[in-house]
Amino acid sequence: MRYAVRNRRWIKGVQAAALAVAVCFSIGATDATARYEKLSHQFMCSCGCGQVLGECNHVGCPASPVQLAELKVDMTNGLGDKEIMDSFAAKYGATVLAAPTTSGFNLVAWIAPFAVFLAALLGTILLVRHWSIGRKQLGEPASTPGMDALRERIRRETGSEGSY
Amino acid sequence: MATFGSLALLIGLALAAYNLFAGGVALRLIATGQQAAISPERLADTARRAGIAIFVAVTAAAFALVYAALTNDFSITYIMEHSNRALDVKYKFAALWSGQEGSLLLWCWLLAAYGFVLRLRHRTDVKLYAYAGTIFAAIQVFFLAVVNFAAPPFSLLRGTVPADGNGLNPLLQYPEMVIHPPMLYLGYVGFSVPFAFALGALMMRYPGEKWIKITRVWTLVTWLFLTFGIFLGMHWAYAVLGWGGYWGWDPVENASFMPWLTGTAFMHSVMMQEKRGMMKSWNVWLIFSTFLLTLLGTTLTRGGLVSSVHAFAQSSIATWFYVAMGVVLAICIFTYIVQRDHLRADHQLESLVSRESSFLFNNLVLLTACFVILWGTLFPILSEYVQGSKVTVGAPFYNRVAIPIGLFLLFLTGVGPLLPWRATSLKAVKRNFIVPSIALWATVAVCLAFGPRPLSTWFSEAGYFYALVAFSLSASVFTAIASEFLRGAGVIARQTGKNLAVAMYLLTRRNTRRYGGYLIHIGVVIIVVGLAGAAFNKSTEKELALHDSMSVGPYTLECVGFTQDSNANYNSDYALLDVYQNGKKQFQMAPEKRVYLASQQPQTMVAVHSVLSWDLYVVFEGINPDTNQPIIKAFLNPLVSWIWAGVVLIVGGTFIALVPSLTPATAAIKVTAPAKVHAEPVLKGGD
Repeated sequence: MRYAVRNRRWIKGVQAAALAVAVCFSIGATDATARYEKLSHQFMCSCGCGQVLGECNHVGCPASPVQLAELKVDMTNGLGDKEIMDSFAAKYGATVLAAPTTSGFNLVAWIAPFAVFLAALLGTILLVRHWSIGRKQLGEPASTPGMDALRERIRRETGSEGSY
Repeated sequence: MATFGSLALLIGLALAAYNLFAGGVALRLIATGQQAAISPERLADTARRAGIAIFVAVTAAAFALVYAALTNDFSITYIMEHSNRALDVKYKFAALWSGQEGSLLLWCWLLAAYGFVLRLRHRTDVKLYAYAGTIFAAIQVFFLAVVNFAAPPFSLLRGTVPADGNGLNPLLQYPEMVIHPPMLYLGYVGFSVPFAFALGALMMRYPGEKWIKITRVWTLVTWLFLTFGIFLGMHWAYAVLGWGGYWGWDPVENASFMPWLTGTAFMHSVMMQEKRGMMKSWNVWLIFSTFLLTLLGTTLTRGGLVSSVHAFAQSSIATWFYVAMGVVLAICIFTYIVQRDHLRADHQLESLVSRESSFLFNNLVLLTACFVILWGTLFPILSEYVQGSKVTVGAPFYNRVAIPIGLFLLFLTGVGPLLPWRATSLKAVKRNFIVPSIALWATVAVCLAFGPRPLSTWFSEAGYFYALVAFSLSASVFTAIASEFLRGAGVIARQTGKNLAVAMYLLTRRNTRRYGGYLIHIGVVIIVVGLAGAAFNKSTEKELALHDSMSVGPYTLECVGFTQDSNANYNSDYALLDVYQNGKKQFQMAPEKRVYLASQQPQTMVAVHSVLSWDLYVVFEGINPDTNQPIIKAFLNPLVSWIWAGVVLIVGGTFIALVPSLTPATAAIKVTAPAKVHAEPVLKGGD
């Protein structure tokens, strides 16, 4: 019974985390100015200064005014974000995109960090559970009300629970 | 001077080689108990003394290069390329680290300085220091070989010596550049010390965890230097590059951040080893990885492996570093395999809800962040190998991937201190979390009530959403840490009858490590608030004729003049702007654009007016050649000063953590002494 309740809590926790992650990655710009701002930060200036297009700040830059004007024209012509990105990549090469695309091999760039994180998280949780179950089987209680009360008292009276 | 410097470097290399060879032979003789013509202890001591002498030799070489810069000795190629007659004296001094060869010499000098202190302090534990000193000598041999043969700073110019040099890169002609690189290098180089101790302790099967206590100060000081160096670099980028930001996820920035992340993970997880004898293998590998990442960072910066605006010119020294990394990795793996039984944990985790567990998750997140940055930095190379074409992995990638990870880490920063060691009950956890949770939701409510409209903006704009999460988590973490302070101080105040402020001081003195650590965490929280402010940045750009004005946020900027100036080093254009707020003149700003004569390179000198709530950041972008009028870009960057304030707290917290506590910490350290260790002869002195 306790395991069932615990499992339900786990599932709820995982659902909440998944929802938070979904919110984090699904949010995006809406109006035209915000879209322009957002898109100008998706490209690199092609003059070689190494700056994001929307932040390229040197007067006399031969590339950024042209690229920004093209972006405005593409937006005015009703091109979608993906079409604009494809057209920039076709014209200036793949390195004009400030981040890898989400297709083909480039998708690996996006997946790998989260895959590694989730695998490590899962591994850590399983390891800790394995250790704590192992201890319980040895008959050593991880936590008892008496011990908790004692720890709490020590904590109250010393304002400390050990060096940190 | 060139001959003197070259000779000093050669002597340094010879001394390092002797230290390595004699030290290695002595340790071998001691370990095997073999007899030799000279006693191994004496041999080891001559090796140590040679290690001390390296510092003298490398100091002489560094002095020779600085002297050559100060006396305009353009017969030395390095000085000709990185200095000129009109260069300010402090930048001539900084020329030491402004190029490939000089910065490697600085590296060697700092390494020698660390080695000097390490070898002088050998009486703390003679045998462990002998191992560490010998490993350290191996690192010195490598770097001194690089500056002697691959990147010599004293190579002479062929042909006629020019009357003047090429000058220093304008980006480096800024006061912070006089301290930023040495700080960063002190951090980079310093990790060699805990690495040498960790490897030495593993090789000699050092009993117990005392080696961690010995290296704790080294690690903390090194971490402090690296932290300070990174933030000085951020401030320099903010003040000099003129794009309104401070961190661009450039490969070189990433290279400094990766060892910081693993070093931070080490400083947390090492506490589990000290207190509970856990995570021994993990800690050893964390410090191995940190050292390897410093080598990788150097390779990235210097080898032309990835393109970066910060990188030194592409050169062949990358091969040297690849070989070094390979050798170091092989030695680490071999030693670990041979000695892994020595690293068996004394305890295991008992509960998912405990301080140990929070450290474990903290390590997990820090290492994931490190992996993300390494992955992003190296993905262009991988892409070229697989697809045949490079891709750019810039700020949008890191912002999307690293920010959620960073926010999770912030969450753990608050959770960790609220959890006791070993295990606790759910009831106790709930009680500890009530106040931080109230702070979290109250902050959400305040942000939504007083922040941007419509409310949906918070959830439709990624930056706003992350800022909302960052603000609320920061409030929660701050409350959690403050409540820990107050709870402890309250107990002392009751016991001693002192007021709360004095009680807080006494509390901190009783356990400087813990409360210094908390102060560092508060510094991190304040930095996160400052970083989150970037979501609300505003900027505007305008060409200003005389008495024209432009507005950004609550400020109106009126152009009251634009003029030119020149000196022997550079010509400059600048604008004079009166800044008004609510119709009242508040102050004047003078953003500037310089063109350095020797290099003919332009440089922005940003004007910044900083208050607690925001920075007014004004850039003179240049002059429109058609109208001859200045183009001004003004940014309103909220909360930037919080970042620098947070760094001050981190530095202060680290200093507190370095001060010994008034009463010794109550940690019980179990020392197991395997029989094998006693079978070996012990070096004289120390313990």
